[in-house]
Amino acid sequence: MKRERPRGNYLTLAAVIIAFILGVEAQRRGYLNFARENPGDIYRLLVQHLQLVFYSASIAIALGLTIGIVLTRGFMRRYRETILNLLGICQTVPSLAVIAIAMSYLGIGRKTAVFALVVYSLLPIIRSTVAGIFQVDPALVDAGHGMGMTPRQVLFKVEIPNAMYIILTGIRTAVVINVGTAAMSFLVGGGGLGDLIFSGLAMVDAGLMLAGAVPTACLAIILNWSFERLEKLIISPGIPRGD
Amino acid sequence: MIELNHVTKTYPGASQPAVDSVSLTIPEGEICVFIGPSGCGKTTLMRLTNRLIPITSGSISVDGKDIMGLDPIELRRHIGYAIQQVGLFPHMTVRDNIATVPKLLGWARTKIDARVDELLTLVNLEPGTFRDRYPRQLSGGQAQRVGVARAMAADPPIMLMDEPFGAIDPINREVLQDEFLRIQDKLKKTIIFVTHDINEAIKMGQRIALLKEGRLIQTGLPDELLNRPADEFVKSFVGADRVLKRLNLLKVRDAMMTNPVHCRSEDSSEKVLEQMVKNDLAFLIVTDRDQRLLGYVNQYDLRGHKGHAGDVARKLTLTVSPERNLKEALSQMLSYDLGILVVVGEDGRIQGVLNSTTLCSLVGSTYDEHGGHWGRITAAGRIL
Repeated sequence: MKRERPRGNYLTLAAVIIAFILGVEAQRRGYLNFARENPGDIYRLLVQHLQLVFYSASIAIALGLTIGIVLTRGFMRRYRETILNLLGICQTVPSLAVIAIAMSYLGIGRKTAVFALVVYSLLPIIRSTVAGIFQVDPALVDAGHGMGMTPRQVLFKVEIPNAMYIILTGIRTAVVINVGTAAMSFLVGGGGLGDLIFSGLAMVDAGLMLAGAVPTACLAIILNWSFERLEKLIISPGIPRGD
Repeated sequence: MIELNHVTKTYPGASQPAVDSVSLTIPEGEICVFIGPSGCGKTTLMRLTNRLIPITSGSISVDGKDIMGLDPIELRRHIGYAIQQVGLFPHMTVRDNIATVPKLLGWARTKIDARVDELLTLVNLEPGTFRDRYPRQLSGGQAQRVGVARAMAADPPIMLMDEPFGAIDPINREVLQDEFLRIQDKLKKTIIFVTHDINEAIKMGQRIALLKEGRLIQTGLPDELLNRPADEFVKSFVGADRVLKRLNLLKVRDAMMTNPVHCRSEDSSEKVLEQMVKNDLAFLIVTDRDQRLLGYVNQYDLRGHKGHAGDVARKLTLTVSPERNLKEALSQMLSYDLGILVVVGEDGRIQGVLNSTTLCSLVGSTYDEHGGHWGRITAAGRIL
């Protein structure tokens, strides 16, 4: 880990330099004019975007973890594969189509957007929860039962802490993808930074488009980074990391 | 005490029971080893005892109470549980792993901390060094030690151990077995110990239950299994070298001939020689008045010697303590090409002799309770 530090620093430095050059170029072409003149709009849409991601991710995590855990319990043994396969098929439906289908039932508005985002990020979370719990060494579960833990204690004190690494990776992926997908909420009137991106595209206005795209990208990067930090905090140092 | 009464377990969909009407009593403070080829039901039988697997029919009682009348969670918290894969929780420190059951039982923090340190010391791990380590920072042997400590954490009177030393190299296994026997000597737990290794069974078990296809084939002391195998299966299971295995179990004390033929140092050489010729003895042990070993004489040295036998006695440095096991004694005899080993106690007095012929007949199947035939030198006591 110590050896990786300097390399990470160089990468950060390179990224800063490239960002600076790109910024200078964008400024020269006048792409930043919109953002400079309407910071309030960008801020308002950014908050909307964050709300979309926050609501949908919260619901998807709560739902996904629950469904994932239920699927790993013994009584679901018979239906597990079928359900996971069905969910896998659902996942192949493009996000745009999910939003379109959701709209045909729920109309337009933020609710539709959140619904579509939840549906779309649910599967990776369920998948990683199931995979995470299944990779826990059966000997640990046996030891837990053998020492007199209740099934609930085995789940919360043994299975989940040991599945945490994989579960959190799944959640991180889902949330980061969610940030990008949330831009499409604009299409169903859900607001968010998608407003700027799609308007910019429609009006062939690079400035408008960038005013939406750059914050979206930054948001995804920052969330990804935060989740990595969170993993370090939550996961016990006793569990070997995948890296 | 654990009593198994016609215990039967048939898994759903299986044509044959995994455990078939096993009855067995394990007295308080004993290690009972369940042994048999894989699939014989030994692990199943163990897991029935703490209700990890439900019984199909029959009953098990622990300290006089039928386990079906007890809450399974509560029952398991009072039965120590150690398994081959150890199953230490990787996300917990050694301390938290050992504290698992005490925490479930709601012990106070200070009591848990004291207990953890006590147990680490008991299994020969320095608490300061190991308390805060994670399982992945332990070697195989250290992990097994922590596993045993965890099983004993709440001081359960009964322990179930499924090949607890199975996953480590033979040398470390020996060390752990010895340490565990030393601990058991003090704590006197009632233990069900599952293994497939006959040598481990003989070493660890005060009682061995041999299973095959779910049925109890033979149960008894390790010596009984080796010496009087019930059938061909037992005979082949304990191995063709079962006779040699008995050497590990028996002490020199059990095999030696007591009050061996000898003379005193002040005996007259001529008379001693006369008796030796008469009895056709090539060598004779020489002692002092207190039966302390001085050495030995041979006919050649005595011939023509006038005086005391002690004057011509030769030193005898290779002796054996009565507490050593026969395997070590035999190894000594073989490596020095000796027909006879003199058994000398702590105080230097001769306690007996061990000779290769008696040793062979003792451990062999022909041995009888009286100690077998002693050959030509059965004449006991002082020669004059």
